[in-house]
Parts: sequence; C-alpha cells; structure tokens
Amino acid sequence: MKKTKQNYTALIAVLIFMSVIFVLDQLIKPTDSLGMLLTVLQKGSVYALAAVSMNLLNGFTGLFSLGHAGFMLIGAYTYAIFTIPSVERDNVYQYFDAAIRFSFPETFSQALGPFGTVLGVAVAVILAGLIATLFAYLIGLPVLKLKSDYLAIATLGFAEIIRAIFQWEKLGPITNGSNLLKSFVRTSTMQLTIGSVTLSFSTFVPVLIAVICITIIVLLVNSTYGRAFKAVRDDEVAAEAMGINLAHTKQLSFCISSFFAGIAGAMMAMVLSIAQASNFKVSMTYEILLMVVLGGIGSITGSVIGALLFIFASEWWLRGLDSGTFLGINAPNVFRNGFRLVVFSVIIMIVVLFFSKGIMGDRELPDLIRSWKKNGGPFRKKNRENLHNVLDSAQDESEDHSGRRAKS
Amino acid sequence: MRKALELKNVTMQFGGVVAVDNLSMEVNEGEIVALIGPNGAGKTTAFNVITGVYEPTNGEIDFFEKTIVRNHPQGKMKKMYKGECAEYYVNQPVLAPTPDKITLRGMARTFQNIRLWKTQTVFNNVLIAMHGHSTANVFSAIFRGNANEEAAQRLKVEKILDTVGLLDVKDELATSLPYGKQRRLEIARALATDPEMLLLDEPAAGMNPQETLELTEFIGSIRRDLKKTILLIEHHMDLVMDISDRIYVLDFGKLIANGTPEEIQKNQGVIDAYLGVAED
Ligand SMILES: Nc1ncnc2c1ncn2[C@@H]1O[C@H](COP(=O)(O)OP(=O)(O)OP(=O)(O)O)[C@@H](O)[C@H]1O
Ligand SMILES: [Mg+2]
Repeated sequence: MKKTKQNYTALIAVLIFMSVIFVLDQLIKPTDSLGMLLTVLQKGSVYALAAVSMNLLNGFTGLFSLGHAGFMLIGAYTYAIFTIPSVERDNVYQYFDAAIRFSFPETFSQALGPFGTVLGVAVAVILAGLIATLFAYLIGLPVLKLKSDYLAIATLGFAEIIRAIFQWEKLGPITNGSNLLKSFVRTSTMQLTIGSVTLSFSTFVPVLIAVICITIIVLLVNSTYGRAFKAVRDDEVAAEAMGINLAHTKQLSFCISSFFAGIAGAMMAMVLSIAQASNFKVSMTYEILLMVVLGGIGSITGSVIGALLFIFASEWWLRGLDSGTFLGINAPNVFRNGFRLVVFSVIIMIVVLFFSKGIMGDRELPDLIRSWKKNGGPFRKKNRENLHNVLDSAQDESEDHSGRRAKS
Repeated sequence: MRKALELKNVTMQFGGVVAVDNLSMEVNEGEIVALIGPNGAGKTTAFNVITGVYEPTNGEIDFFEKTIVRNHPQGKMKKMYKGECAEYYVNQPVLAPTPDKITLRGMARTFQNIRLWKTQTVFNNVLIAMHGHSTANVFSAIFRGNANEEAAQRLKVEKILDTVGLLDVKDELATSLPYGKQRRLEIARALATDPEMLLLDEPAAGMNPQETLELTEFIGSIRRDLKKTILLIEHHMDLVMDISDRIYVLDFGKLIANGTPEEIQKNQGVIDAYLGVAED
C-alpha cells in the first residue's frame, strides 16, 4: 500500500518535471540569454547518467573502476556511426572509404516516417549501450578478478587503449581515424513541425533518456540483484558464503554500469554534435568520479545532484570568472581565462572537506525529505543536530581510518 | 542414519605451516558435533576448507554422501607436502567449488569475527541471503516480474527473525545491535540460505553467561524444531559439553581425540593439550 503510493508520487513528480522541460524547450531559444540553461540541462543529463552508472559500480558494488570514459567513447562512436545519413557519409569520412553505410534513423524513417526516425535513434542509443556492454564483458572476464587498486589501474589502462585504437588509422573506414565524426542525428536538430508550429525537443530528448535510464538503475538497486551488489560491497567473503556468486555478480554490475556508460556516451555525441576519441580522456573519468564523490558514494540522487551542480557551476554560474565580469564586479585583470578553474577547485575542496561523505552520504533524497517531515523541516533544531551527528560520525570514521593505517 | 558430512585425510598447508593435518571426521544427520581445540589449532581453517574458502592441499570432503571437494598436492606443494595418503586422490578429478556453490547445496556457516553486511538493516541481512536461491533473472528483477517470489521471501525473513527473536529490531542497522544479537543475526542469515547443515564458528564468543545459556537452548531448538545438522566450534566448555553428541579435538592441526562429552572430559591427552592450558 505505502509502496504504491510512493510510486505514484514519484511518477507524478517525473511527469511534472518532464512537462516543465518540454515547456522550457519551447520558450527558450538557444540564442537567448537563458539559452545557457538549456545547454547546461542537456550536458547535465549526460553527466547525471554517467555519474549514476559509475556509482552503480563504484558505490553500490564497491568495484573501483576507472574505465568509464572508455565505455562512453564506445557508446558515442557506435551511436554516431549508425546515425550518419548516407548523403553526409562521404563528407564525414573525408580520408577513408566508409565501411558502414547504414543509418538506423534513415532506414526506419523510409518505412515509418518521422516515427521511424525516433525509433532509429532509440535503436542506435540502445546499440551504443550493447556494444559497450560487449566490451565490458570481455574485459571483465580477466580484470574483475583483480583487487581494488589493481582493478582501477587495469580499467584505466583499458580506457586509454580503447582511445588509441579508435584513433588508429587502420580502423579509419569505421572510426574515421583521428578525425571527428559529425553530421549524425543530434539534439540541436530534433524538431517536429506540425503545420505552422515547430516543436523543439533538443533538451527534452536527453533529459528523457537520462530519466528513463536512471529510473531503471533505481529499480535495479532496489531489486534482489541490487541488494546482492551491496552485499558484495559490504563484505565479499560473507556474500560468497551466503550463496552469492561473486564472479557473476561483479560481472553483472560491470556490464550494466558499462551499458549505461555507453548510453551516456551516445547522449554526449548527440548533445555536442560531434564524436571525437580525443575528448574521452582519463580526465573525463575523473570529472565523473568527482561528481559521484561530491554527491555521495552510494546515493543515486547524490550523483544526480553532484553532476548537475558540477555542470551548472563549471559551465554557467562561474563563467563570468573567465570573462571579466562576475556578480556585477568588473575586474578583467583578475577574472580572466583560467580563474574559473581556480575558484571551482577551491569550492570542491571546501565541499569535500566539510561533507566528507558527499552531499547526500549514502542516503536518497526521498528518505531525507521523509525524515524532515517527521521532524518538521530541515532547519528545525533536531535536524540540525542530526546534521551535526552525521558530521561527527564522519569525522570519527576518518579518525578510525587513520588509526588503522597507523597500526598496519 | 546418513552421514551429513565426512572429511577424509583433509590437509591444509600454508607454505610450511600445516594448519589442518590429515583430519578425518564425520557428522551424522541430525547430530550436534563440536570441534574444539586451543587457539590456533586449525578449527576455523577446517571450516574454511569445508565451505570452499580454501582449497585443501590434500583430501576429500563428502556432503550427504556426495563428494563436494577433492584435491591432492600439486605444483610446488608436491615437494612441500609432508603428509601421507596423498596417493589415493591423485588419480581422481580435483573438485574445488567456490563457497557459494557449497552453500547452495545446503551448507551454511557463521563467522568467528562477525561478518554482517554493515550498511544493511537486520531485515536485509537475512533477505540478501536468499538471493542465491531466487530464480528471477536480472530483467524480471528490475521490472518486478518476481514480485511474488520476493513477497514470499519477505514473509520467510519475518518468520526466521521471529524464531531467532530479532523481529522487533528488523529495521535497525545490523551493526547497531549488541554483540550477542549480531551473533544471532548471523545464525538467522545462515538459516535463510535454507541449509541442511549449519557450521557455527564460536557462536557464543563475547557473550555473557546468561546469553550463552539462551544460545545453548536456541541451538538445541534449531536441531529439534528445524531438523538441522550442526557442527560447531566453541571455547565455552559448558555449552559444548551440554549440547554436543560427539566432540572432535584438534591440536596443532592434528586430531588428538574424539568421542562423547564424557569420554573427552576424561581423556588425558585432551586435558594436557587443552583443558589443562585453560586451567593455568
Ligand atoms: N590464510 C592463512 N595463511 C597462513 N596461515 C594461516 C592462514 N589461516 C590460518 N593460518 C594459520 O593456521 C593456524 C590455525 O588457525 P585457525 O584460525 O584455524 O585457528 P583456530 O583453531 O580457529 O583458532 P582460534 O580458536 O583462535 O580461532 C594458525 O597458526 C594460523 O596462523
Ligand atoms: Mg578460529
């Protein structure tokens, strides 16, 4: 009973949210002063999914992997390659003879009209996830046997190798070598004209994909498999002794995480209108990891909040720090190129220092709101005490850590 | 009466250290058998070999008359192994299943140094232990195609928590419980895997006399009401003498005696090696 009511509340919240996005999409033109909001929402949804999928592996299963950018790259390329219209293909593959001459949206739209285009994009996005999963499966077989630090190094190495392979001239007919892929179906051209009205879906589509994928991840985390992931994270030996197959469970988490990383990569291509291997560096993985840590390891809502804050701050709110004017203060000598990054890094350090478990810890927003409701608002004394307790216990834990380190 | 568990010439050698040395023992269905011995005698190591955590250096383990583990010295262990009886297993296939496989065949254990899933509630700790037996694939689990199965599991969790007397704390974090209750929760979790046989590693460690008495009664009821076979390691002699049908005594990895509680209490070798030490 209680569960179904919660589900309805969540569903209604999502519907309202999507309607707002839809309206924003129509009201704001990319060239407006608020146009930045749309860009940031698009990028934010890409990174939100990337962060949540990384959290599934690093936070919920306790497998510290740093291969995320690699899987996103695979997703981005798969999506791009399979949605380039045939008229553009020779133009895109300037120096190569394109090997794959097939576009899902194009093929499907010939048979089904505009609906075929939508279907084609959906198929290409899912294929992006599947190819990333295939790679994850093959790499997971040897790599997931490794323990924490070694796993991180091995996956990091994999991501770098993938990047090199995709830029390899010999694969040019497929990947276009070190040149970028473009002209495929992208969000900026996602429009539908009915009679005299043109509806834009540039923001709606990436947000929708992110919402669907994150919903699936939430359902997974709360299912029997999600609980098995957490058991593996909390105590591998106990999990195995209680009948949980470690190899299968880790492989499953790795594959699912990579599936959604692949989809995030496809969204990235869609939003940026280009796909280029050199963009998917280790630094991208670090950025995503930072979002996960900021939001709280083991919290889905935390990862979403972390990703949105990160993107909003770095791409929008702090922009002025690079271009002369910030908060109405005009000081071109201070606020010049690069200053934004300095301020941004300081903010992140402060957040990490004061919220050592991230903004959300390992809790989810609905749980937090419920506890606020019980105690009458977040700023009531009792809740403030709660916050203090959380901070105290966080401190205790860090002391505990250093203590143990010192002993060993 | 069937044999629930049989160890034949089981040796576990870590480099030069022989933690379990040519151990042969058996537990019949429905029995409570104790494995005792001084600290470092190799009791926990024997449990780890039986449950698949370690691959034995040599020997064979049968569970309800089917061989589940078998090994003989290989590679560099061939040179280092000093035991006897290695020849017997050489020509037979090696069996080394992972612990989860053995658990799913009906053998569940608890840990000497409590290993609960610490971010999870009491309820979830028991529920997760049923994952191995759930038939849902990941897709049906995500889209709740297994709702019936999960509802049945949740009902069963409540029942198990009721039997161990932890139903009133089911929503608390496992690690927030006092020591004694955490040990009970470990037993509850092991029961959730639907075992034929339970291996309890020092279930009374850290308990006060009152709690120990309750636990003794509880272990008896697991055998009586739930019809489980039990092998337990314990240092509390009152508990051991009270509920065991038979006792095996290990010292430096070697079996030094076995028999009924009365026989063991009179055995001079045991008194010297173990009880004598305890009285010092
Ligand atoms: N993984 C391992 N590697 C090397 N030596 C080990 C390992 N595990 C156990 N040992 C050694 O095997 C011996 C037996 O240890 P074990 O933990 O089985 O003792 P125990 O009988 O359970 O003792 P206690 O009553 O203290 O729990 C010890 O000397 C221990 O150091
Ligand atoms: Mg022990």
